[in-house]
Amino acid sequence: MDKKQINLTIDGNKISVPADFTVMQAADAAGIHIPRLCYHPKLSAVGACRICIVEIEGAKNYSASCITAVSEGMNVKTNSPEIREARRDLVELILDNHPRECQICEKNNNCELQELALTLGIEEYEFPGERKRFAADYSSASIVRDPDKCILCGKCVRVCSEIQGVNVLSVSARGYKANVGPAYDMNMSESVCINCGQCTLFCPTAALTEKDGIKETFKNLNDKEKVCIVQIAPAVRVAIGEAFGFTPGTDKTYETVTALRMLGFKVVFDTQFSADLTIIEEGHEFIKRLTTGGKLPMFTSCSPGWIKYLETFHPEFIENVSTCKSPQQMMGALIKTFYAKKMGLDPAKIYSVSIMPCTAKKYECARPEMNSSGFRDVDVVLTTRELAKMIKQAGIKYKELKKGQFDQPLGESTGAAPIFGVTGGVMEAALRTAYEVITKKELPSIDFKVVRGLTGIKEATVDVAGTKVNVAVVFGLANVHKVLTEIKEGKRNYHFVEVMTCPGGCIGGGGQIYPQGDIEAMDKELYSLRAEGLYSIDEKKKIRKSHENPLITKIYEEFLIKPLGEVSHKLLHTHYHHKCPKGIPSGLRDTVSIG
Amino acid sequence: MNKCTCAPELKEKETAANLKELKEHIKHLKPLYDKQGALMGVLHKVQDIFGYIPREAMDLVSEELEVPTAHIYGMATFYNFFSLKPRAKYQIFMCKGTACYVAGGARILEKLREELKLKPGEVTEDGLFGLGITRCLGCCGLSPVMQVNEEIFVRMVPEKVPGILEKFKKLEKKGK
Repeated sequence: MDKKQINLTIDGNKISVPADFTVMQAADAAGIHIPRLCYHPKLSAVGACRICIVEIEGAKNYSASCITAVSEGMNVKTNSPEIREARRDLVELILDNHPRECQICEKNNNCELQELALTLGIEEYEFPGERKRFAADYSSASIVRDPDKCILCGKCVRVCSEIQGVNVLSVSARGYKANVGPAYDMNMSESVCINCGQCTLFCPTAALTEKDGIKETFKNLNDKEKVCIVQIAPAVRVAIGEAFGFTPGTDKTYETVTALRMLGFKVVFDTQFSADLTIIEEGHEFIKRLTTGGKLPMFTSCSPGWIKYLETFHPEFIENVSTCKSPQQMMGALIKTFYAKKMGLDPAKIYSVSIMPCTAKKYECARPEMNSSGFRDVDVVLTTRELAKMIKQAGIKYKELKKGQFDQPLGESTGAAPIFGVTGGVMEAALRTAYEVITKKELPSIDFKVVRGLTGIKEATVDVAGTKVNVAVVFGLANVHKVLTEIKEGKRNYHFVEVMTCPGGCIGGGGQIYPQGDIEAMDKELYSLRAEGLYSIDEKKKIRKSHENPLITKIYEEFLIKPLGEVSHKLLHTHYHHKCPKGIPSGLRDTVSIG
Repeated sequence: MNKCTCAPELKEKETAANLKELKEHIKHLKPLYDKQGALMGVLHKVQDIFGYIPREAMDLVSEELEVPTAHIYGMATFYNFFSLKPRAKYQIFMCKGTACYVAGGARILEKLREELKLKPGEVTEDGLFGLGITRCLGCCGLSPVMQVNEEIFVRMVPEKVPGILEKFKKLEKKGK
């Protein structure tokens, strides 16, 4: 409170702000919005786009307010005719070097550049001239990079480096040749990219977007030979409504089931069933490691970006990661074996689709390990955004849909499953089961609130029958690098660690609906609403522990026999290998959190 | 920019020796700087040792300094001084900064083009000479200025060009 305050005037308003504020922060505090493009509150400010320029009395030039510190007696104008004109010129210069194809652009109506041109009142292309031309890179299973649409704001470079510690992107060359991409102008697929797709959430234009799976899906839905089976992940159901005007966090599970049937899917399963299954397998694996002197800490394995990160940046920890496949891949394997056999379907004719909040899942389903059914276990992954687009393309009136029901026997889930979609959820679900399996007693309180919340690194110690189990919950790979480094140094000591690649867990996944309006990625309120949506699905369920799911019990009786058994080993578990080129991780500074 | 492929390829042995020298240099530098801070100096050294910045060297620098290759590539491609392609043994830079331009730099450049039969950005077939344009070298009082590797030639006139080229050709013969 007694921090030094600075007095300044912005647009005639006298205000007082902490001494470490920038002019932009001071204006925000005063309720004055300065237009901006390359600035993001969670990333370092670099002043690259110059859109946030202001006039400061006595200064020779206009100053970028995002990187100008406040000083005593400063007199700032953010909205003079000259400033507005200069800002328009800057945006016009960007527009001149940008493709004019808004109507057929992925980001139409979700584009910060488009929005900026509109709000600044730009009415014509002022500077016609040469335009840069690059080839788009479609090599990655998850991300399409189209440098023609890049405006060199560098948000992707910063999110990749500062939030994810992956550092795959940088700005190379200069002038017309300047572009953002991996080192040595490599393809994304050859680079150290871990496919998380956070860059697609932070990109203000459509220079970075997800790889399309819609065309292939529609083609297969129209193929009479194929049986299209779909599964849907927890975090999708609390975000997809946003694309149709619902408040973030609104539970649209059953309306989405109806939409999927209308799109032509014969069978609709719930990834939450296989989330429960993951808990059984992973819980038993943890208990086995804990009681038989196995490799600890054990890391969760459901986030495919994290798995690729592990293989590329920290292969020394490969043995620590759970051998369990992700819920998506478990479901995929069961559909083409257990379900196919049960229903007398030819697995070769099953087209298995999964709807995920994630771009890395597109990469995961194409991994060579993921074909234990004898076929590719999951044929295509669609992001939440892509499903919303398909629903719109099919002319389905989403707002008016009635609730549908999942198909069985792979559609029933407990309250432990939806929370997989939010940071801390897998840990909480695992603890609910592990505690009861070890102690054979009922949990005194089902909610492990200590592992909840949007902090980047959370720790807790849980007493399980006299054994103190140290757990940690981490999201964002820069945070993960910090945790792994400190584990190696002996500064952190855990038994079990939940790792989620994306900020906030899957609710903040790279495939989620683009934040609408003025809201940006990693917005605290947006992510809190989505998280609350999942916790409320959990609370409403009668059964809230994975091992009490009656259909899970049944599938073990009928097919899997026992956790970590032979069938599980073949279908539900896998191993990972280190990857080249090896990445150089970063992230030893402050913990990255949301809010 | 430089489509020429005739510049001499580095032999494997030479590359290995160069990489070893680079590694030693970084080892010596490491305690003196933070990793990012050392990068610029190290890239200068790479250019020094190899004559350009090959990918193998960037990979080594990345590993030794623990700086991601993307950052190194970004820096190496930003500065005109760094070349990612093999350069000629004697790289000529004619200054086209304001003072040199006014003092007739363009005529020198014309003479160089004529003598070497090169356009700026190209390298002679034998890999001996490369022609480039640079901005101010910081000695405007002595303009027009031409640079060949580390050597600066001042108050240039077109008539001086053949002699200077001859000097380097002789040097090369002697070396062999």
